[in-house]
Amino acid sequence: MCGASSGARNRGTQVAAEGHSSIDALSQFKLEPALGAIGHSVNFTQANLMMVVSSVLVLALLWIGMSPRAMVPGRLQAAAEMCYETVMSMCTDQIGHEGKKFFPLVFCLFFFILFGNFLGVFPYFFTFTSHIAVTLAMSLFVFIVVTFVAIERHGLHFFSYFVPKGVPAVLLPLLVPIEILSYLSRIISLSVRLFANMMAGHVMLEVFAAFIIMMGTAGGLLYVGSAISLSVNVILIGFELLVATLQAYVFAILTCIYLHDAVHLH
Amino acid sequence: MDLASAKAIGAGIAVIALAGVGVGIGNIFAALVSSVARNPAARDRVFGLAILGFALTEAVALYALVIAFIILFV
Repeated sequence: MCGASSGARNRGTQVAAEGHSSIDALSQFKLEPALGAIGHSVNFTQANLMMVVSSVLVLALLWIGMSPRAMVPGRLQAAAEMCYETVMSMCTDQIGHEGKKFFPLVFCLFFFILFGNFLGVFPYFFTFTSHIAVTLAMSLFVFIVVTFVAIERHGLHFFSYFVPKGVPAVLLPLLVPIEILSYLSRIISLSVRLFANMMAGHVMLEVFAAFIIMMGTAGGLLYVGSAISLSVNVILIGFELLVATLQAYVFAILTCIYLHDAVHLH
Repeated sequence: MDLASAKAIGAGIAVIALAGVGVGIGNIFAALVSSVARNPAARDRVFGLAILGFALTEAVALYALVIAFIILFV
């Protein structure tokens, strides 16, 4: 009994010493092969698994929710209809009546990101949106779609987008490169915003979780600090839920705003 | 100065950007409060805009945070 407790204390001080030297905050984003040998051979990582899970969840919500097709909707059907109507009003408010054409794109992006962000809050799950490879791919896709829509609608007239109206001609050599740069920087700002939000949130959770262990193993008065860290972590989980919704919303609404620019040119 | 302490100082300097973000978020919510006080009927519309502005401003803070993390851990 005594030996076990001293062993535990030794191990505790060891953990505390290791934790003190550096908090390993970034290893949680490491990709590991999922689904055993098959996943290993095709490099199917847990991020890919989570993408599949989030897509299946969105499809299941719509499929199972809408299968009764009741006049007075039940809970799931009301949820599915609310999802549809939220994104539909987002599209039509931002883009105008042509927004219906882009509804599938915005709906897919919004719910894929939303369910991905939510899945990341659960223990033992993985946030695929915390990888810049994923978010950069999505924002590049949005950028390419927006540029194609603009060129298809306006032809070469699209390039007048980079020339601000009512500006003296002397300033144009300065302003046109700035406009082009700000147009191109949408890719980076859109992707880094989502990636940084998710990564920073999870790093913060990890840091406070490490504080719990470090102060809890140190003992004495630091137990209070450990308890405080635990409650901070609980609050942070709630904050993460807010951020998950907000960032999915921001990604979708910025896609809408960019599409509005593409359709109407200013 | 050794590399570790230089890294710590650099990460500290990188998050000075948070001062500007604090001013920005304060401005957004001050404007939200005053506009809702002037016209309470516009609350729902204005609140969505404020949340969008908050998220865009908060992203700047996170850019700074990412740079700090890159300095510290990478």
